[in-house]
Amino acid sequence: MGRYCAKRLLSTIPLLLVISFLIFMFIHLIPGDPARLVAGKEATKADVEVVREQLGLDRPLLTQYGEYMKGLVTGDLGLSIRNGKTVADTILPRLGPTILLTVSSAMWAIMIGIAIGVLAAVFHGKAPDYLGMVIAIVGISVPGFWLGLQLIQLFSVSLGWLPTAGLDNWQSYVLPSLTMGSGVMAIMARFTRSSMLETMRADYVRTARAKGLIESLVVMRHGFKNSLIEIVTVAGLQIGGLLSGSVMVETVFSIPGLGRLLVDSINMRDYKVVQALLLFFALEYILINLIVDLLYGVINPKVRYD
Amino acid sequence: METNQFAAAEELPKAKSRVKEFIKKFMKRRTAVVAFVFIVFMIVMALAAPYIVPYDASQADYSNILSGPGKAHIWGTDEYGRDIFSRLMVGSRTSLFSALTATIIGTIGGVLLGLVAGFFGGLLDSLIMRFCDVMFAFPDILLAIAVVAIIGPGMINVMIAVAVFTVPSFARITRSATLAVKQELYIEVARSLGCRNGRLLFVHVLPGTIPSMIVNFTMRIGTAILAASSLSFLGFGANVTEPDWGAMLSQGRNYLNTAPHIVLFPGILILLTVLAFNLLGDGLRDTLDPKMN
Repeated sequence: MGRYCAKRLLSTIPLLLVISFLIFMFIHLIPGDPARLVAGKEATKADVEVVREQLGLDRPLLTQYGEYMKGLVTGDLGLSIRNGKTVADTILPRLGPTILLTVSSAMWAIMIGIAIGVLAAVFHGKAPDYLGMVIAIVGISVPGFWLGLQLIQLFSVSLGWLPTAGLDNWQSYVLPSLTMGSGVMAIMARFTRSSMLETMRADYVRTARAKGLIESLVVMRHGFKNSLIEIVTVAGLQIGGLLSGSVMVETVFSIPGLGRLLVDSINMRDYKVVQALLLFFALEYILINLIVDLLYGVINPKVRYD
Repeated sequence: METNQFAAAEELPKAKSRVKEFIKKFMKRRTAVVAFVFIVFMIVMALAAPYIVPYDASQADYSNILSGPGKAHIWGTDEYGRDIFSRLMVGSRTSLFSALTATIIGTIGGVLLGLVAGFFGGLLDSLIMRFCDVMFAFPDILLAIAVVAIIGPGMINVMIAVAVFTVPSFARITRSATLAVKQELYIEVARSLGCRNGRLLFVHVLPGTIPSMIVNFTMRIGTAILAASSLSFLGFGANVTEPDWGAMLSQGRNYLNTAPHIVLFPGILILLTVLAFNLLGDGLRDTLDPKMN
């Protein structure tokens, strides 16, 4: 187990290096002159040179890379062009709302999704199955931002129950969290169902039934428990993807989080912030994948690490 | 040469009956058939829209702004008095075809990479798959946003972005399908008959991987439509003056209080279209892969 963890941790290092390099190259991949792009159309030649210096683009590529890597290690990611603050100071205050939103969405979506999936599998071919799967396929197909707008229209504009935008109290998290989690809920429901259908066909389930165990125990102890390992994997991947889903939701609900910051920074061509955010999202995704992999062993002792 | 003719003569009748059998099986899945019909309808509509819609999609009518659904305008009008139904139908050209093109390009890229990785193995395989790992480190929409952030906004760039994020999933699926097909006896036979790698890959291996690809392709079109409309909604995609589903939603958002129908109909249309592609994909998977049933 310890060896596996170490191996798995080490194997992410090359991935991290490649990703950090790609994100470093990000600004250099922009067609044309990034400095001119940032400075704007009316900028004089001198202005462009000032921007170039600010972005560090006047130095040799290798020096730039060295400084970038040093910055990554020390946490100094440069200055935001937009407000002159450091990138860390720009990003950190935005972290809270996004994390709160992601966690609250993930919690309800995964729990409800798994519940729907288990029920659908238990009532395979009957009404709850069809109902659950209709909810799931609609949940996968609906454009999240549109769902958000419709929820605002219904609960905020028409009924006046919940706030339309901003983050003032817990109520303001309800609609964004519903919007953000709907897709994950749907995917979890579909996946749990197919996984459960497969496990419920296994020999040990038949044995459990044959020995006279009541059905609810068969489902929970023998079916669900054995499906759990696959379910956790999918759940992990979904949480990883959820954070970047904040881009859409935060735009719809005007929430001052990371996703919104990313969109604004791209529009303002605040490349240092864009770079840092892309790196953050990618790191978070890799980290969650890593945690999911490590969790395997805890949930399923059958998994051998070699 | 002779061996090739022989192979073709043997294969032809069998391939035909397989298609027939597939159609017969597929027709039993009613939801998938309905979805298929809806998709065909949407494609015909997209092609014919400019000639048959009741109003000019970009014709403003200032005496009729933000009017709700009614007799004259079945889905109402937008902030310039333009007919929403007409705009949506004309807009399906951009939305559907950009999603389709992007998915096709991404699929070709991913399939080629997957074939090469699975067939040749070794260093090439490792390189391609590590490249996919890197791409996978950015969840779909984020990868698309990153691409647009680099190459700038615009419909063509959105298509490139969507194509890029389609690549890794196809590379993975094709690779594992190729690995499975590679073990088959007929590949060994073809090789022993002296087939070159190119022929082996495209004539013998590629067809074997098609079933798993069809399903993913269908589902991916749905994802592409969602991604493209999301990017347009964020303002990275189609120009807001163009009739495009995502762009219309983005504009209509400002009138949510006074004219909710502007947002309602484009969203329903996106939902139905994506739903149709997903249902079709589900149906195809059940038909092509009985194990999944």
